[in-house]
Amino acid sequence: MRPEQGTAAHARGAGGAAIPIAGAGAGSVAANVDEVARVMTICNACRYCEGFCAVFPAMTRRLEFPAGDVNYLANLCHNCGACYHACQYAPPHEFSLNVPRAMARVRADTYSHYAWPAGFGALYRRNGLVLALALAAGLALFVALLLASRGALLHAPMAGNFYAILPHGAMVPLFTAPFAWAALALAIGVRRFWRDVSPGRIVAPAAVEAAHDALSLRYLDGGGDREGCNEADDAFTPVRRRFHHLTFYGFLACFAATASATIEHYVFGVHAPYPVASAPVLLGTFGGLALLVGPAGLLWLNLRRHPETGEPSQRPMDRGFIALLLVTSATGLALLLGRDTGAMGLLLALHLGAVMALFATLPYGKFAHAVYRSAALLKYAIEKRQPDTLGLGGE
Amino acid sequence: MNVVDVLVIGGGNAALCAAICAREAGASVLMLEASPKLWRGGNSQHTRNLRCMHDAPQDVLVDAYPEEEYWQDLLKVTGGITDEKLARLVIRESSTCRTWMRRHGVRFQPPLSGALHVARTNAFFMGGGKALVNAYYRSAERLGARVRYEAPVERLELREGRFVAAYSGEERIEARACVLAAGGFESNREWLREAWGRNERGEWPAENFLIRGTRFNQGVLLRFMMDAGADTIGDPTQSHCVAIDARAPLYDGGICTRIDCVSLGVVVNREGLRFYDEGEDFWPKRYAIWGRLVAGQPGQIAYSIIDAKAIGRFMPPVFPGVRAQTPAGLARALEIPEAAFLGTLSAYNAACREGTFDHTKLDDCRTEGLAPAKTHWARRIDTAPFHAYPVRPGITFTYLGLKTDETAAVRFGGVPSPNLFVAGEMMAGNVLGKGYTAGVGMSIGTAFGRIAGTNAGRAALREEGARDAA
Repeated sequence: MRPEQGTAAHARGAGGAAIPIAGAGAGSVAANVDEVARVMTICNACRYCEGFCAVFPAMTRRLEFPAGDVNYLANLCHNCGACYHACQYAPPHEFSLNVPRAMARVRADTYSHYAWPAGFGALYRRNGLVLALALAAGLALFVALLLASRGALLHAPMAGNFYAILPHGAMVPLFTAPFAWAALALAIGVRRFWRDVSPGRIVAPAAVEAAHDALSLRYLDGGGDREGCNEADDAFTPVRRRFHHLTFYGFLACFAATASATIEHYVFGVHAPYPVASAPVLLGTFGGLALLVGPAGLLWLNLRRHPETGEPSQRPMDRGFIALLLVTSATGLALLLGRDTGAMGLLLALHLGAVMALFATLPYGKFAHAVYRSAALLKYAIEKRQPDTLGLGGE
Repeated sequence: MNVVDVLVIGGGNAALCAAICAREAGASVLMLEASPKLWRGGNSQHTRNLRCMHDAPQDVLVDAYPEEEYWQDLLKVTGGITDEKLARLVIRESSTCRTWMRRHGVRFQPPLSGALHVARTNAFFMGGGKALVNAYYRSAERLGARVRYEAPVERLELREGRFVAAYSGEERIEARACVLAAGGFESNREWLREAWGRNERGEWPAENFLIRGTRFNQGVLLRFMMDAGADTIGDPTQSHCVAIDARAPLYDGGICTRIDCVSLGVVVNREGLRFYDEGEDFWPKRYAIWGRLVAGQPGQIAYSIIDAKAIGRFMPPVFPGVRAQTPAGLARALEIPEAAFLGTLSAYNAACREGTFDHTKLDDCRTEGLAPAKTHWARRIDTAPFHAYPVRPGITFTYLGLKTDETAAVRFGGVPSPNLFVAGEMMAGNVLGKGYTAGVGMSIGTAFGRIAGTNAGRAALREEGARDAA
């Protein structure tokens, strides 16, 4: 026996204000915001997912969802997938709820919307092309510098002395410029985001909590039970959290390697190449390895993620960033291994080209999530310490 | 293929508990779920908590909820239409089953915002019932139970009270024992229509009911068992029946279709008249009677009316309210008789004796000299804008089922079947003759699902042993 099918247009009785059915694809910025508002209105009447993450408790403090609030909630969402698999209103239900996807669409829009300079927001939309061009340009630059310096791609071994190819005095401004640009662009973007929904003054306990939640990836833990999040299906697994930790802390270790080298150089007057048992090499080696394993794992997970969670059209952006991280770490480790050979110059050019592309595109790609999500977590930590203005009684 | 030991018919909480326990008893298990995989879990996908007895604070549960209090609560809501032995069995099981549930992947959380009043009595599932159902399916399959979707069972082959085989379409599926956990008949609109009959106004009330739960509980197997002479229990018009938003989908509206502002305003029928005390008790203690109250009104529709003072004081409904700047405008928008509605409102407003309004306790705002009275939270409805939410009876599950005992066996003429068991909605009427209290459906399903599965596993292995010995 086939059961009778229910319909959403089943507006008997008065009013007839039916909840519209979700559109199929990502729409305009306004349509994506409207979809999150529609989804949150339904979620707010249900609340079964309240234990999973911060999005739902933040939602319960609201009755309406204007664009600024939607942007905030979208960046608070970690796309863990738990609420999709647990949703009694997920497709094929006529309410057709898909919280992670609705949030992901708005999230991408917010990166463009808050980007600085304004016109550069468009770079998110063709992110694969942007990353490819940046990488090509970075490689071309340093190969050209190598050729200008040595006249050939290969050279006689020079015991790891890469300043012989690219002098320290040239390297510093070459990398300071894109890094400062990235930091400035992200800072201005996140400031715009912050001002859109102003949660109040930053207090120390809120800042500590937000830092903890960001650095521990608290909301990839399936609701506080250290179960992890969802990947290919409804089973929980901690692997994404682990690979992300390797990626993030690997990135941080590489950054620390550079910083320690800077200190060695300027404070102690010790110049590269550094011995294996030195802070720059140890940190760089650990960071490089972590930055190989972490992104490789994230890429593997990204390729097998459930097709309904998140927005599949954004996966090229995720994968482009992951690939660039992999190229950066792989070339860095190759440089360490080959620094005593005649290929050092070429390896150096490859690595520096990758690093340059990574820095230059930081504010206009997947990396932006780290900044906006941290800001959203801080907003949440501030907001939850303020009294709830709604006085909902009963069930 | 070898004959399976235990066949479980159904795919919700009780069926899953039975399948897992039968596997734990050592039996091979095949589950037949009528729905496609995406709709699996029956009404369990719409649940969110388990009513639990506990003598001391327990992880997510505060204070204590002793057996006697639980029993008294059940006695009160059912008006005594319950089986004390089975009820107490469910209550005691509810105090110990959560360790087992956790082992199979179910996780609990403290109560959700807006449900704090049940922090003592109910343990909430992290992510709700669908997350629980998903966890059980994973666990059952990991233990080696096989699951088939889109496999509704129309009839059984029975021999002198013994289960022999089930028929799904033309396929005959033999098993040594069987658990029936295929739900009630609430999605079968014909059956509901027939059960509720025709009222004095010549209406067929059930035609206007919405089904808050799954569309797959057609009651096919329940009907078959009744025709096959199984002992039954319960009244076909009794069910978990609440007043839900009249604009909700016909099926699977679930929790979000609730309307929680009844006690903050007045409720009128389509003639513009009040018909019951909206402030009789806290809403969580009264929501389960309003479905039947609305079912008794003309057209089986009513309108919960509030003014601006109530906005933000109740759980936000999923559909926006009908809004107007004047009561007359509201009546016109609702297409109810304007004069009668205005008369109702002015009589109510005139009768309000406002004390200190406090929605968190049974306050002293009440009407005087009004019939029916509003005994708490009575405040004048006088502040624009005015809102109305249309409500209809929404059925979650029906109580007519198969009579059973503490072994969960199906009975024929008072004799328990040696290898046919029943769990979940198909037998909940043994404990719940009428009424409802939050989370008790899952307590019954879990307790009897586990008993039925264990006993079916043992029965199957006993039979296998007997055959091997022969």
